[in-house]
Amino acid sequence: MSLAAESAPDGLVVDGARIDLFERGSGKPLLFLHAENGIEPSRAVIGELAKHAHVIAPTHPGFGGSELPKGMRSVDDLSYFYLDLLDQLDLSDLIVVGVGFGAWIAAEIAVKSTARMARLVMANAVGIKVGDRETRDIADIFAVTEPDYLAMVYCDPAVGRRDYKTLPDAEVLAAARAREATARFAWNPYFHNPRLKSRLHRIRIPTLFLWGTHDRMLSEAYGRAYCAMIPGARFETIERAGHFPHEEQPQVFTEKVFAFAGKSQERVA
Amino acid sequence: MRVYQFSEQAYYPAWNDHEGSLRITLPNRKCDPRVAADLFHRYYDEYQAADDLGLDIMLNEHHQTATCMSSTVAVGLAILARTTKQARLLVLGYPIGHRPDPLRVAEELSAIDVISRGRLDMGFIKGIPYEVAASNQNPVYLMDRFWEAHDFIIKAMTSHDGTFNWEGEYFHYRQVNIWPRVWQEPHPPVWSTTGSPTQARVLGERGYVMATLGTGFGTRKIYDAYRKSYVGKYGKAPGADRFAYLGLVAVANDREEARKRGELIAGYLRTSPIVYPPFRNPPGYMPAEDNARILRGESPPRTYTKAGRVVSMQTAPIDDLIDAGVLFCGTPDDVYEQLTAFCEHCGGMGNLLMMGQAGFLTHEQTIDNFELFAREVYPRLKAYQQPDAEAAAAAVAA
Repeated sequence: MSLAAESAPDGLVVDGARIDLFERGSGKPLLFLHAENGIEPSRAVIGELAKHAHVIAPTHPGFGGSELPKGMRSVDDLSYFYLDLLDQLDLSDLIVVGVGFGAWIAAEIAVKSTARMARLVMANAVGIKVGDRETRDIADIFAVTEPDYLAMVYCDPAVGRRDYKTLPDAEVLAAARAREATARFAWNPYFHNPRLKSRLHRIRIPTLFLWGTHDRMLSEAYGRAYCAMIPGARFETIERAGHFPHEEQPQVFTEKVFAFAGKSQERVA
Repeated sequence: MRVYQFSEQAYYPAWNDHEGSLRITLPNRKCDPRVAADLFHRYYDEYQAADDLGLDIMLNEHHQTATCMSSTVAVGLAILARTTKQARLLVLGYPIGHRPDPLRVAEELSAIDVISRGRLDMGFIKGIPYEVAASNQNPVYLMDRFWEAHDFIIKAMTSHDGTFNWEGEYFHYRQVNIWPRVWQEPHPPVWSTTGSPTQARVLGERGYVMATLGTGFGTRKIYDAYRKSYVGKYGKAPGADRFAYLGLVAVANDREEARKRGELIAGYLRTSPIVYPPFRNPPGYMPAEDNARILRGESPPRTYTKAGRVVSMQTAPIDDLIDAGVLFCGTPDDVYEQLTAFCEHCGGMGNLLMMGQAGFLTHEQTIDNFELFAREVYPRLKAYQQPDAEAAAAAVAA
């Protein structure tokens, strides 16, 4: 069953834009920032995470059913949007978990302020460039066919395959919007902010990098280099998973998040 | 009617060795610069012949492709501005949303307008999807960039009293004052292309010349969208001179020879879409709603015959291309009949963009095609009475 079918997302208006937002579970607050393929593929992991925490999972502006605030163009803009969201919900002692593009947003938030954050988890993160100008650190996902893309980002491509002819209209439109929104924020410079690298030292909260080892969009060396730029950050791998380890190994992913962040006392049945 | 001769200036020797993509990725080691030079000289000789025959001239540009060697249209315009004598020089078009620097575009086009003594027609276009991979401009913002570049270029061409300031969303200049100023006042005529009624309405409001390509007997609804917004803005019907159509033209003294030429010119249609699939529809180039339909496998066909039959431009046989109003082919009488029937369908179409050369059509065939058209067809088209513009506009309003 899809997230949307389980229950309609709650809406939240931030900076004048209405976004979709799922809230599940109780206990410590956990902000989940979805990857470039939208929130729908994260349904399993949101359920797992919500067994141990109060999960707040917004759909990024421009993705799914979320509006795009006027003038929003960059991940830098997105990070300020989420800082406003954290203020608006008055969240504190927060665990922030981001995957792929969502991990890039998480890093952009954290270099600006970690005042409301206790722990940061970044899985198969994009956002920086480590190689020289003629080395493509991040595979060009817009220059490959759909089957090649799925083979690139999943350990088991079947996990990512969708039958668009039978999916509900809203999900097909969400898939189209995810692709467009990804291009909006990550086309050029490609999946990175040239300024971010020199700011990563400002992240001084405990940080965990998770890495699906079958990611062929990013190399593990890229992930380790990224991790090394954040003081004290740890790096752990997840086997039998690619660029979206939360989709392919939602339980392992969840265990690793809470082994690092600590479980809340409260549990949800 | 005016007729603009157009060739994509193809590097056709590579067409049969394309590895699945004639654009973007085809290694340029397959381009022999000596062969390319001969082809360029030939194509400019043919444009010269078009000028001598009283035809106007159209140029375009595409990037990283063997289908079109004109990769920077200012180069071709510059050559022809100096060497031709009478022809209007239409660029259709200049993909200004892709260009990093619209000041440079304004300067190039102003210089060409002056060198040609006011013969420039200035077509600005979005560019086909494949151009995105070459320019690397963000496809999501392409039309926003297009309109800001357009506004800037017009402002630069119409400002004559010293510098002005431009600090927009995409382009920033503080001391703009182009030299030379344009020859045609207030600026060279603006043209554009579209395949969608939505964009046609935008162009109608501005009164720009609107061209379509490959829309065949589906053209009327696009023209009508233009008519409706034009009437709303200007209170009168747009004349046939506001409408242009790109058609393939193959004329010969007998039908058999004309069909041979038609098949060679249709090589353009056969090869143009040979592009590695991921480059065919970059994200954001089309609205998400349209892309959702494509994900579902529902893409509306583009080309219809007069009877409403769907035609694939890439694979259709010659007869279907003729029936669809994509190819105008036959004896001079045939071609005149086909073109005027198409004008009647359109409710008026005053600018034929004539692809009279493409692909493997030889120089001799090309010149013969031009000469027959100029001698036997064009005079009759000039005398042809277009459908009544007010009646066409009234039909839309009704």
